[in-house]
Amino acid sequence: MSSADSSLALGHSPLPATNGTERTLLTAVGLGLLALLVAAFTADVEQARLSFYAGLALVCGGTLGWSWYKFGRGEEGVQQNNLWLRSSTSRGAVAWVVGIVLTGFYVVLYWYPHYLENLVRTLDPFSLALRARPADQWFLYGTFYTLAVLVMGGRALWKYRNSRYQLVRTGSVMFFQLGFAFILPGILLFFQKPEFYFTYFWPLKYDYLFPGTVDYLIKDGQALGVFMVFWGALMAFLATPVLTYFYGKRWYCSWVCGCGGLAETAGDAYRQLSDKSRRAWRLEVALIYPILGFIILVTLLMWADRLLQNALLGSVAGGLYKTYGFLIGAVFSGVVGVGFYPILGNRVWCRFGCPMAAYLGLLQKHFSRFRITTNGGQCISCGNCSNVCEMGIDVKQYAQRGEPIIRASCVGCGMCSNACPRGVLNLENGPREGRYQASPLIHADSLRILS
Amino acid sequence: MHLVIIGNGITGVTAALTVRRRQPGARITLVSDESAHHYSRTALMYVYMGHMRAQDIKPYEDWFWSENRLELIQATATGLDTGRQQVHLSTGVTLAYDKLLLATGSVTKRYGWPGQNLRGVQGLYGLPDLARMEQDTRGITQAVVVGGGLIGVELAEMLHTRGIHVTMLVREARYWGSVLPPEEARLVDQQLTANGITVRYQTELAEVLADADGRVRAVRTTADEELPAQWLGIATGVAPNLSLVQHTAVETDRGILVNEQLETSVPGVYAAGDCAQHRQAGAGEVPIEQLWYTGRMQGETVGHTLAGQPTPYRRGIWFNSAKFFNLEYQTYGQVPARPAAGSESFYWEPANGQRALRINFDPARSFAVTGFNALGLRLRHDVCEAWLREQAPVQTVVAHLGAANFDPEFYRQHEPEIVAHFNRAFPQQAVQLRQGKCLISKILNL
Ligand SMILES: Cc1cc2nc3c(=O)[nH]c(=O)nc-3n(C[C@H](O)[C@H](O)[C@H](O)COP(=O)(O)OP(=O)(O)OC[C@H]3O[C@@H](n4cnc5c(N)ncnc54)[C@H](O)[C@@H]3O)c2cc1C
Ligand code: SF4
Repeated sequence: MSSADSSLALGHSPLPATNGTERTLLTAVGLGLLALLVAAFTADVEQARLSFYAGLALVCGGTLGWSWYKFGRGEEGVQQNNLWLRSSTSRGAVAWVVGIVLTGFYVVLYWYPHYLENLVRTLDPFSLALRARPADQWFLYGTFYTLAVLVMGGRALWKYRNSRYQLVRTGSVMFFQLGFAFILPGILLFFQKPEFYFTYFWPLKYDYLFPGTVDYLIKDGQALGVFMVFWGALMAFLATPVLTYFYGKRWYCSWVCGCGGLAETAGDAYRQLSDKSRRAWRLEVALIYPILGFIILVTLLMWADRLLQNALLGSVAGGLYKTYGFLIGAVFSGVVGVGFYPILGNRVWCRFGCPMAAYLGLLQKHFSRFRITTNGGQCISCGNCSNVCEMGIDVKQYAQRGEPIIRASCVGCGMCSNACPRGVLNLENGPREGRYQASPLIHADSLRILS
Repeated sequence: MHLVIIGNGITGVTAALTVRRRQPGARITLVSDESAHHYSRTALMYVYMGHMRAQDIKPYEDWFWSENRLELIQATATGLDTGRQQVHLSTGVTLAYDKLLLATGSVTKRYGWPGQNLRGVQGLYGLPDLARMEQDTRGITQAVVVGGGLIGVELAEMLHTRGIHVTMLVREARYWGSVLPPEEARLVDQQLTANGITVRYQTELAEVLADADGRVRAVRTTADEELPAQWLGIATGVAPNLSLVQHTAVETDRGILVNEQLETSVPGVYAAGDCAQHRQAGAGEVPIEQLWYTGRMQGETVGHTLAGQPTPYRRGIWFNSAKFFNLEYQTYGQVPARPAAGSESFYWEPANGQRALRINFDPARSFAVTGFNALGLRLRHDVCEAWLREQAPVQTVVAHLGAANFDPEFYRQHEPEIVAHFNRAFPQQAVQLRQGKCLISKILNL
């Protein structure tokens, strides 16, 4: 923009000083993180365990206390003052530090898990109680993940308490993470059943429909295993289209999915960082559909290979599977997807990488009753809606033309509707006829926004 | 045809887009001094509050302009020669035009208060104002805002986010007294109180007092009270920006005078948006409209005319919206501050006073609805518009109120309570709730 606004650049604006209460609470979080670090380097299990649980208590308690202090008191409403002025939420120094620490954690988790050994051992009693087996690095990760969703879910509940939609939705992701992605798989293991996540389906959990997994489930899980295979196929091929037809992809992406759950809770402070440009949209289309194609291809090849008893492909299918697992499963969904939250936003994986999102998106765009309705001519092009869109949709492009928003990528988080100061946006399920109809109260210019 | 547009606000830009759509071959040049690209003036407050960055309030990405062959010049138009059909720019360039659109917007109005030019005294209209405000409000603790209208409350909210204590001076006995009925004004006042804003009603600015460095130190009010303030916001309205057309053949009054087709006294020269004054405003309409929405509608109308299809400006059924701290406001049709003679007004507010709905109607015209005010509720624009246009009786409207409910899913539905309240207030017109929220689809083809 013009030189006149150069003084509005980041970092120049003085933020209100953090007061004593806030400092105390944040110190608790800091000490907690320190205690976790100490635990990671303590070989003595008892000592490590003490440090570990004290650390967790401080981190969780401090975060909850701070969230309540920041968002839970006073008037309810849109709370995003200083979002782009704070270093932590505007790609400042704090954000980079957090990003590097998170990324580092994922790298250690995937490729150097032995560094986590001391932490893993502290969880053994808990793991034995829940799953009747010692902990491993994935159990440690699952515990951290679930705690993050629950604690930061608390923050979201306070922050968005003005909106019932947000309260219900946040409650839902917390419930599915805790119940279906943490406790239930643990209980299955306790009863010597296959570990199974009833809330993850092909193509996100791609191996659930691979011949190897199917064989294993049926052999190892007997009747329950057969049900699991049936459930996986049913959800992927029947429930997904049906539910998406009625409610849009949001039923999964921002209500059930664990990746979405983390993004909506722990990642909430980073939603504004998603790139809204047309360039980013093109990149999204260029990545996500090929990834969906890739996983479909791998799945088909695995089955073809199996039917032909390895005659056709030999190790090719297995190689493809490994490549996909490394590039997409680990690097993209974990390291980049979560590690880069503070830099690229909280839905990078969901937007650019997730094959399930691609599949749901195609359904949402072409076979769904879902749309975001715009309210006549009330839009003032302020841009608040685009700002909070974690999927990088430039929502105002539609609103200022009076057009409903029907985009494959929309996860239906409802934040645009919440942030709009003029009450322009509403998530609705309605008849498919006239779904694209623009409001006659704005005469939309037909100039293309995406060629 | 070469169309030159002065001003890249919503009016100028909407006109440019309309002409581009209708005349793909036209040459269109937008001249504006404030910013290289169109931005949303209405979003200035969010930049100050840190919700967005300056680049986030541009309605279109930068590629949009060249891809649609809209030429942008960042310069001040300093002279206008209507005889030669030329505009002189501050860069020394002279632009020849076939048609000219003046969409120069407004300037902050000041009333000649003593000390009004001191450092720290300003209005909020554009980007330079925002930069100055950013600078001059750093580290201060007290501010005063003059004016009990929409910009006044925006300024109060902005300052509030920086922990600056705000006192508002409001001329009328209640907030936005020229527009809001007392009940609605009271709800806004509750918002102000809840956010720690002090309000002095029936009080005006008398004098601005300086410190040794020529900065504002305090203000004296017409009640002879001295309020310490290190910053003073002027929000007593805006006036059309006439700087370019003064001493030219273009006739002006308070604004640039235009006819129904938004043409000025000089053929081929048009004016629209905040800067235009209608020679003959429609019944119940004001001659100078200073809104984003009216700017957009005028811009579109004049765009048709400029593209060779003369079109009179018809504003259509009035609507507006705003947000007072956390309280959203929408209005449709006519809801005057004092009830018009013969018209009735139904007002509902729940016990906790967080929201309100007002429906005005005219018993003499078979109870036709004439206007809606909604606070803390979202109403569907198209449904309200259709009811007003078709003069639906208030009984029908109340019975089908759910059709106009635009609140998000899971929000409490107030229709049963509203209907019960209506039946108590107007027992002769008592109705039954026929349509809750879910059946919206039906009413859309009313
Ligand atoms: C803080 C604020 C909040 C507002 N909020 C709302 C709202 O919520 N809802 C609503 O309906 N309305 C709102 N308004 C009013 C609304 O923004 C204006 O009515 C609208 O922007 C006017 O548009 P315009 O295109 O006519 O003029 P402008 O947007 O003022 O555009 C005119 C442009 O022309 C430039 N210009 C003028 N003269 C020259 C010249 N000689 N040479 C070169 N350039 C020149 C100016 O610098 C300016 O950039 C708000 C206004 C402000 C200031
Ligand atoms: S937040 Fe609302 S008013 Fe602002 S641009 Fe988006 S839809 Fe329009």
